[in-house]
Amino acid sequence: MEHLNYKHTARARATGEKKQALVGVVASGNLEVLVERVLPGNECEIDIRTAAEGFGEVWKEVVADFVGRRSPGGLKFSINDGGARPDTVALRLAQAARALEGDGT
Amino acid sequence: MSAASAATRIDDALAQSWYEASARQRVDALLDRGSFVEFIGPERRETSPHLPLFDLPEQFDDGMIVGRGRLDGASILIAAQEGRFMGGAFGEVHGAKLTGLLRAARELRTPVVIAFDTGGVRLQEANAGEMAIAEIMRALLEARLAAVNVIGLVGGRAGCYGGGGLIAACCSALAVSEQGRISVSGPEVIETNRGVEEFDSKDRALVWRTMGGKHRRLIGGAEIFVDDTVASFRAAAIALLARAPALTRAMLVAEQARLETRLDAFGDCADALDIWRRLGIADAASVPAMSYGEFDALGARITEVIHDAR
Amino acid sequence: MTLAEILASLFPRGSSVVVEDGLIHGQGRRVDGSPLHVIGVCERSAVGIDEAAKLARHVLEIIAGEDSAPILVLIDSDSQRMSKRDEMLGLNEFLAHLAKCLILADVLGHATIGLLYGHTAAGAFIATALATRTLLALPGAEPVVMDLPSMARVTKLPIETLQAMAKTTPVFAPGLANLAQTGAVAATLDPQRSLAAQVEEILVANAREAGKDERDVLGKRRNGRTKAADIALRVQELARAST
Repeated sequence: MEHLNYKHTARARATGEKKQALVGVVASGNLEVLVERVLPGNECEIDIRTAAEGFGEVWKEVVADFVGRRSPGGLKFSINDGGARPDTVALRLAQAARALEGDGT
Repeated sequence: MSAASAATRIDDALAQSWYEASARQRVDALLDRGSFVEFIGPERRETSPHLPLFDLPEQFDDGMIVGRGRLDGASILIAAQEGRFMGGAFGEVHGAKLTGLLRAARELRTPVVIAFDTGGVRLQEANAGEMAIAEIMRALLEARLAAVNVIGLVGGRAGCYGGGGLIAACCSALAVSEQGRISVSGPEVIETNRGVEEFDSKDRALVWRTMGGKHRRLIGGAEIFVDDTVASFRAAAIALLARAPALTRAMLVAEQARLETRLDAFGDCADALDIWRRLGIADAASVPAMSYGEFDALGARITEVIHDAR
Repeated sequence: MTLAEILASLFPRGSSVVVEDGLIHGQGRRVDGSPLHVIGVCERSAVGIDEAAKLARHVLEIIAGEDSAPILVLIDSDSQRMSKRDEMLGLNEFLAHLAKCLILADVLGHATIGLLYGHTAAGAFIATALATRTLLALPGAEPVVMDLPSMARVTKLPIETLQAMAKTTPVFAPGLANLAQTGAVAATLDPQRSLAAQVEEILVANAREAGKDERDVLGKRRNGRTKAADIALRVQELARAST
């Protein structure tokens, strides 16, 4: 298992009221993302535990791209990864952010 | 969001495949909208202390979701296993959540719904998993002895194997879909121990007709056969909660008779097809391909006695 | 100890306990002359649908009888019978039924005591020994949930690695010491002393306690399962608070 941690400053604070959300499951080629509204201001943290070691550079890129596209300020993402491909990771991060921003549901 | 699109979303959630849905999706869609309160949710990060030893990834809820919610207005306790994480297998934390829920059910006299999805004991923590199953069975039966209904739903990817099969058979009543396989030893385990002549685990048709939901419904291993939708499982859970029998001494005497009758009637059958023929299904070979509606009608016709002694 | 030695030590004045097709049933007398029912599995027999139905029938007959005497469950079994026939006819229901009968007997006042004196495994272990209120063992008993060769196959770890890991945790490897540490076994008896006297001590101690399942608490105290008891208790508290 490898532990990775990335801290960013987002453009803006995430919208919505929900405190937390969870998407995905831990399985081969899949991952779970727990997102919590726990950080001050525009801070954003992504904490990853992955079964696939040696992909730090790929994670760094996917995470930076995600933070750049959305505005996940104030959010902490905790990830348990069963060896998902970068596109699956990007999808789950987006789902997690959307689940937290919510639409009143 | 508009009221109309909210209604559409509820319909979509209920129409989704139970087999394909995650444990969280099942819980959310099964219960009355927005009523679920989770106990020791993923944010508590109560993960398995044993998986790191094997360098395996953890899941924040350890593959078991427990909590309280409303089902058709009634307050219930609910548990759901995530079959895609470690095959839904019972480990120490995973199992202890269900044990605690069942102990609470007895104390609070609140009914329970369990959505099974499990391959049995998690082998990396096998001893803890085995103990969890023994403790869950004890807690479940003690709840039933206190007149608390415990309903099992079986229709997930991992089926309901090993100790999961024993726990399921301890429930007051079961609803099973075609995909819901129930057995103790899985196909691969039988083949590994006894050889391919005894059981060919690659013969999917054999697996389905020996352990699958249709067969379990026909021999009395489950009360209700359901379609593979969340709506169908929800309707079954509501129906079973209303009519499940209490666990008493008389009930176990009746179950003994039910099981001995099954042994007498079908003990010499070589295959499930023989059992189905003996049940009066002339074209037994057509059963596996039957649609939900066709099979449900057949089940209602040939199962004269309701097999509810359990 | 062999079954004959065990029965001789339990019932020095003899008993009606018999063995039929790998199953044990009958009755002996306690020190005070009151009855002690005996059922069980011997000769490392597999527990399939036929065996589970017979054992459950014995338990229901005991429940239907006049006395409220304890039931001793002797175990030297294989695992559940792994066969097409057993699964096709609903082995899960038969094993669960046996466990239900044992648990009901205990609730109705027939204190259940398991005595593991040989092998046992997997589903057979759950439906017999682990369905008793108090599980005892004799040295040399071999409970197995998962054997190491099978584990090596599935985890793709060398068996030597697993053996080394088993030294640091009781949580996965087979054996009496490991299962005892997780809380499965209340006490291991001394084969040099009278088994009748030792079982009597347990029965007297049991009569004073409420029939609460405290195996998870025992597992925590023995450092074999550090989280189970606390997690179960917390869920119970949260459920209570949610009403």
